[in-house]
Amino acid sequence: MSGATHGTPAVAERVGTLDAPRSPYVRKRTTRGNYELYSWVFMRASGVVLVVLVFGHLFVNLMVGEGVKAIDFAFVGGKWSSPFWQIWDLLMLWLAMIHGTNGLRTIINDYAERDVTRGVLKGLLYLAFTIVVVLGTLVIFTFEPCPVGADPELLASFCTA
Amino acid sequence: MPTAQGGTLYRGREGMWSWVAHRVTGFAIFFFLLVHVTDTALVRVSPEAYNAVIGTYQTPIMGLGEVGLVAAIVFHAFNGIRIMLVDFLANGPRYQRVMLWIVLGLFVVTMAGFLPRHLMNVFGGH
Repeated sequence: MSGATHGTPAVAERVGTLDAPRSPYVRKRTTRGNYELYSWVFMRASGVVLVVLVFGHLFVNLMVGEGVKAIDFAFVGGKWSSPFWQIWDLLMLWLAMIHGTNGLRTIINDYAERDVTRGVLKGLLYLAFTIVVVLGTLVIFTFEPCPVGADPELLASFCTA
Repeated sequence: MPTAQGGTLYRGREGMWSWVAHRVTGFAIFFFLLVHVTDTALVRVSPEAYNAVIGTYQTPIMGLGEVGLVAAIVFHAFNGIRIMLVDFLANGPRYQRVMLWIVLGLFVVTMAGFLPRHLMNVFGGH
């Protein structure tokens, strides 16, 4: 099949037959694809971006002003009224979740020895990934910084201005 | 999967223990991330619900938890850069050990910048 279409002797590909003498070595094509290579590259590429995104996130939320003490609904409203922070957080959410899920996939593959255990754990992992990414994405894009009828004391200052 | 009697130990020293620490910190950060996205999602419920839950992050105990979280992230970030340098620099593997000590030095410097400010915010008189 594939051997014939690639110009290699079809006989060498057939199981249970001997290669013709002095026929060139044909490397068996792997059927797995390059998935693990792409995953390895992704961990490094996303890692570089995440260092910037996460350090920026931590600096703005924990170091500027009163840090963690200043975080409330109005703080989030102020940040997400700007497309800059929406895109920042969206990118951070997706990259961190794929990076982290791929890391946990590796850990599960390393330590869960039984097929069933590994399958169940990875099923739970992918379920958690889907829920968190969908939930987070919806929240970033459907967030209303000035909800109608809310206590104005709890909202960002621009809501009442 | 091959197993060895009495367990296995990788070659030890800086190379192995930085790998262990990278794994442990990554594992911990991932589970924080699941919680953190979920608590932030409360902004879609009501301002009161979000403020109530985020208020628990501002207590002294959680303030110390944030120190642990930031420490895990800072180590994972710097050691991740070290892993990339080991992978991509021609002489990377030769300098993996000295690069770990640089990582730990940068970790100490970063935490020294973060800790006073954060602890004042958490334990200061607000």
